[in-house]
Amino acid sequence: MNVGRSIIIVAVIALVTLLLRVLPFIIFGGKRKTPEIILYLGAKLPYAIMGMLVIYCLKDVAPLAYPYGLPELIAIAVVVILHLFKRNTLLSVGGGTVAYMLLVQLVFV
Amino acid sequence: MKKIIKKAFFNSLPVFAGYLFLGFGFGIIAEGAGYGIIWAFFMSLFIYAGSMQYVSVSLLTSGASLISVAITTLMVNARHLFYGITMIEPYKKAGKLKPYLMFSLTDETYSLVCEGKAPEGCDFHKYSFFLSMFNQSYWILGSTLGALVGTLFSFNTKGVEFAMTALFVTVFVEQWKSTKDHVPAIIGAASALVCLFIFGSESFLIPTMIVISIALLLMKRIRKEKAETPASDNVGNVVVGEEKE
Repeated sequence: MNVGRSIIIVAVIALVTLLLRVLPFIIFGGKRKTPEIILYLGAKLPYAIMGMLVIYCLKDVAPLAYPYGLPELIAIAVVVILHLFKRNTLLSVGGGTVAYMLLVQLVFV
Repeated sequence: MKKIIKKAFFNSLPVFAGYLFLGFGFGIIAEGAGYGIIWAFFMSLFIYAGSMQYVSVSLLTSGASLISVAITTLMVNARHLFYGITMIEPYKKAGKLKPYLMFSLTDETYSLVCEGKAPEGCDFHKYSFFLSMFNQSYWILGSTLGALVGTLFSFNTKGVEFAMTALFVTVFVEQWKSTKDHVPAIIGAASALVCLFIFGSESFLIPTMIVISIALLLMKRIRKEKAETPASDNVGNVVVGEEKE
């Protein structure tokens, strides 16, 4: 391992990540008024992004091979049902995760 | 202040399990590649991006060029541009807290602050600040623990990474119930699905972001909607992002 080179690589990753996070603030967040189109995107994006992130989490699921994405499907159903009835984020996340762990460790082995 | 910290801590708990274990996994991988606890700690402190840190271990060990490191980071983390766009207004007057609030906008933190609302009676900026800090501390804790004792660990944690999926599903349901306008949510999920099918799991995020932007702007044009202007009152304006009762 080359320590100097590794530090530079970590620095590049950190800087590019930081740049992506602050760029919108730098471009649109100054004293000038934010363009209306950007405000509109900003207001609508949270709804669209959550849908995208859910798919992003499931990107490596193979629906055509055993276990056909069933553990994910069932665990997501558990999360949705728990959340619709109890509306407690901690419970929904905890319950869904435990359900998923049981499914992949004991049921679909 | 005490109340804000308490609320932030409580609301950060759903992230706790996920970050602890995903961080743990990263620590194990880093340690295995010869990058021990000090590397894991500083990477989680300065990079602080979940999936990217997993990728970074293979970048470190493969001898990739700096250009390809930068491009890979751009590809994996481009979605963070969207988080910034959402938070321009909510974080506008955050003052001294703003640098850290911008730096710490991960997927999970974003999912908890994107509505721009703090619990009743809490200052949104302070609340978001503590929430972001709690989240990052879980991440750092997990990754250093993973690098330190990961190999000794024998408890079967298979599937615990589902905590992140569960969190996003929960926020998705929460948002679905908070508005009658489900078109943006459907646009997001459908664009991601279609792009995943076309471009594959390695490179579908950036096409998805482009499709989402175009679709939302088309929707704006078709509905002739206007964004809420923060400075003016909203009488007579179409309010977006918040449902009129």
